[in-house]
Amino acid sequence: MKAFSYERATSVQQAAASVAGTPGARFIAGGTNLLDLMKLQIETPGHLVDVNGLELDKIEKTGDGGLRIGALVRNTDLAADKTVRKDYGLLSRALLAGASGQLRNKATTAGNLLQRTRCPYFYDTNQPCNKRKPGSGCAAIGGINRNLAIVGASEACIATHPSDMAVALRALDAQVETMRPDGTTRTIGMDSFHALPGTTPHVENDLAPGEMITAVTLPVPVGGTHIYHKVRDRASYAFALISVAAIVQKDGSGRVALGGVAPRPWRIEAAEAQMPQGAKAVTAQLLAGAKTTPHNAFKPALVERTLAGVLAQARS
Amino acid sequence: MKFDSPAGDNPIDQLKVVGKPHPRIDGPLKTSGKATYAYEWKDIAPNPAYGYIVGSAIAKGRITSIDIDRAKAASGVLAVVTAQNAGKLSKGNFNTAKLLGGPEIDHYHQAIALVVAETFEQARAAASLISVDYKRGDGAFDLAKSMDSAKAPPEGWSGPADTAVGDFDSAFAGAPVQLDAEYYTPDHAHAMMEPHATIAAWQDDALTLWTSNQMIDWSVGDVAKTLGIPKDKVRMISPYIGGGFGGKLFVRADAILAALGAKATGRAVKIALPRPFIFNNTTHRPATLQRIRIGTGKDGVITAIGHESWSGDLPGGGAETANSQTRLLYAGANRMTRTRLSVLDLPEGNAMRAPGEAPGMMALEIAMDEMAEKLGMDPVRFRAINDTQVDPEKPERRYSMRQLTKCMEIGAEKFGWDGRNATPGTRREGRWLVGMGMAAAFRNSPVTKSAARVRLDKRGVVTVETDMTDIGTGTYTILAQTAAETMGLPIEMIEVKLGDSTFPVSCGSGGQWGANNSTSGVYAACMKLREAVTQALGFNPQDAVFADGKVRSGNRSAPLAQAAGSNGLSAEDFIEYGDLDKQYQQSTFGAHFVEVGVDAHSAEIRVRRMLAVCAAGRIINPTSARSQVIGAMTMGVGAALMEELVIDKRFGFFVNHDLAGYEVPVHADIPHQEVIFLDEVDPLSSPMKAKGVGELGICGVAAAVANAIYNATGVRVRDYPITLDKLIEKMPAIA
Repeated sequence: MKAFSYERATSVQQAAASVAGTPGARFIAGGTNLLDLMKLQIETPGHLVDVNGLELDKIEKTGDGGLRIGALVRNTDLAADKTVRKDYGLLSRALLAGASGQLRNKATTAGNLLQRTRCPYFYDTNQPCNKRKPGSGCAAIGGINRNLAIVGASEACIATHPSDMAVALRALDAQVETMRPDGTTRTIGMDSFHALPGTTPHVENDLAPGEMITAVTLPVPVGGTHIYHKVRDRASYAFALISVAAIVQKDGSGRVALGGVAPRPWRIEAAEAQMPQGAKAVTAQLLAGAKTTPHNAFKPALVERTLAGVLAQARS
Repeated sequence: MKFDSPAGDNPIDQLKVVGKPHPRIDGPLKTSGKATYAYEWKDIAPNPAYGYIVGSAIAKGRITSIDIDRAKAASGVLAVVTAQNAGKLSKGNFNTAKLLGGPEIDHYHQAIALVVAETFEQARAAASLISVDYKRGDGAFDLAKSMDSAKAPPEGWSGPADTAVGDFDSAFAGAPVQLDAEYYTPDHAHAMMEPHATIAAWQDDALTLWTSNQMIDWSVGDVAKTLGIPKDKVRMISPYIGGGFGGKLFVRADAILAALGAKATGRAVKIALPRPFIFNNTTHRPATLQRIRIGTGKDGVITAIGHESWSGDLPGGGAETANSQTRLLYAGANRMTRTRLSVLDLPEGNAMRAPGEAPGMMALEIAMDEMAEKLGMDPVRFRAINDTQVDPEKPERRYSMRQLTKCMEIGAEKFGWDGRNATPGTRREGRWLVGMGMAAAFRNSPVTKSAARVRLDKRGVVTVETDMTDIGTGTYTILAQTAAETMGLPIEMIEVKLGDSTFPVSCGSGGQWGANNSTSGVYAACMKLREAVTQALGFNPQDAVFADGKVRSGNRSAPLAQAAGSNGLSAEDFIEYGDLDKQYQQSTFGAHFVEVGVDAHSAEIRVRRMLAVCAAGRIINPTSARSQVIGAMTMGVGAALMEELVIDKRFGFFVNHDLAGYEVPVHADIPHQEVIFLDEVDPLSSPMKAKGVGELGICGVAAAVANAIYNATGVRVRDYPITLDKLIEKMPAIA
């Protein structure tokens, strides 16, 4: 771990300006991912701006009947929130499928969105990794990639995004609210928040330098049956091989997003028109053009079968 | 005390303390955080400095240059140790690769430098400033590709490389029912909770190591040999060990580099291996490829059984003898086993919980299930009709005690085995396909010399001292029970001190020999102390009775404390063995039963319930023995379903080198476990009439899980771990 300086933010704008104005600065909230990466010399910030004291920990109704979730709402609190459980069950279930109780107590809504990949080569600083060290190459291509992406990846990077929460947020059409260093704000849809790797896999999202997430908003509840099925080798405390987040309405229509298959939560709205036709048709469109390796060639079939199980469960 | 004839009645048979489910006496220290694990000693050496190890970034080749100047100049740094400045180092008898590499590199993450600094953070930060240039060499990293170059290893712990009885080839060729199948078990990590850790301090030319080590005497010898100092100048202290599973049988880089760092700085130095470093830096259970051939008559009687095992290791390393149980477990007139070892440039392979049998039973017990199916015979019955009461390779040797069939029968009844449908894929409960599987359990029970000293003080307290270790197994408690039983004291009057090389040399913890031998050593010392007590009291030793804290002889009685006088009494002795273990085959037996559910859609596998029935001699403490077995069953589930060190065969290292990537079972994976011990005493094993259970418990578990998955789905998987990707394309159509 590199020695770093540290400050407590006094306001969102001050925090944003401090990060933007200090080379190598990072926000820190729960620290459940960043601190691990710093100990492993994967992240080497010279300055940390602690945003925990900013009052961004409220969950409140929005004027139009949706929900605003403060950036610092802890995953445990979000999963247990009554409104979330009643109206956005998918989100609660996705959160509880992730990490452990201790980690969820610390991890924040914004931090969860900004988690970095669990690709093993990203974690080993002896290995080339374009995400960790741009231009160094990708050891995962041609290496061990059972857990890695089959859609949305590039020649430069096949890492997956590890979040469960983000998959649910994508299916729920969530929006990310931010503030820039100059105090202006904007809203970014979950459909464009996470970047695809292309030739720049170290760029993982749409945030500008210093731009800070202040909240995530959810639109008016859409009803339906909410199912989050996370598939993994052990029953708990593991990242997804794949996950299926589905909202299924009584008429068989609905929404589907996937985790564990792509560099970002994976949803193709056009594929959802096939939902009444069943899992095979939806999966064919969702994973069109999938590029698998011998290690992860099982993922398309696993997605299709898991989705079939989810749809059967929704019907029952 | 020499144990060379069957044990008659002795004080242990009173079973006032031994055989009782006593909670572990060291429990309160552990639950209150007061047990001094290796890294947690305070105030044993003033002002310790901290060490951080740099590992090789390549698997094979050499260092062409190493620049330590920036690290040396970094804040707080006291010393940087490399092979260039460490002085001459040898290699321990139990190490295959050097613990400080360079310029030649033997494996990935082999230690190549140590940074010592005032704080841990300074040492870690400075370590990242060391820059190393390498010239990569060609290495062999693929076991399957290395098979053609594999050779027969020299005779080792498990006997010769090859054995043969009768005419296997023609018997197999002529067998009406045959199985010829290949199996794979991957490399496994011990993944114990406590990392390897050491505090080292020198006083003049004498070295003290506070460390985490299962085998004190072996390791003192290897520290001395590696550093080139006399053995009596090394003291090793290891009273508490947070799990070892074979990973701490030997001296590792933490101990040697802490000693070198302490020498270089004149300070005590603390080192704990960081978790991501442990998987490639230390030892692991090697992968195996196995070929099993079984031939039977239509009646299910085995006429031919053959088991070949391939594994790899660094040059000079040893084989994983996955065929060793096949020499002993089932009858059959014509038999062969073959062991082959190739050179692989992966990290060092070595012992992990039940080396040989654990991976061997993973394969053999699937093969037995496959054979039973071919025969249309129940798997319990197929095993029972091929039971033997003699060593099938040397029929003149009987088993000292063998209740395998009884274990299987009791297990079948308790588990509801008759509810199993032999046709796979036929039981569905909601989203789950449900299946049952079973396997035999088998592991030898080695006997080996073990010494102890016991001291009686004027309070009437008996203190046991032996360099025996407690690796979380409950050794403190069973030694206290043994001393209490023998001396006629309540367990509260016994103190046990372990893991110090100044104490008499014990058997140590490994190979499931710890419990039987170390208690026998304490028993021997206590019997000597009883003689000293009767002599001090002037009692007739022949009729003296030790009970309730008193000694009685005729109509005389005295408190034990009275014999101690003001100076106390002490006695030291050891147990050693004649050739009963040559005359008789001494092994432990069991049966594992497992029920699994497999998600009909996603093929996720979840164990629903497990039962182990064990026959392992006298159970000294049913609570700690049960703990051992359920831990072993859990580890067996890991081996069945998730544990695999995944090799990048281009670069030659284990890629998933942390506990996020190397998955072991979590609580949610283990819903219900039951353990039954047969009421067994084996007078041929030791004065304790006991055996080991810590490794028996893992042997066969994974195969029972595999067989249950087959029963649930009809998909037979022969390469572990059995993950859903190996099932998904072959799953039954979804109804």
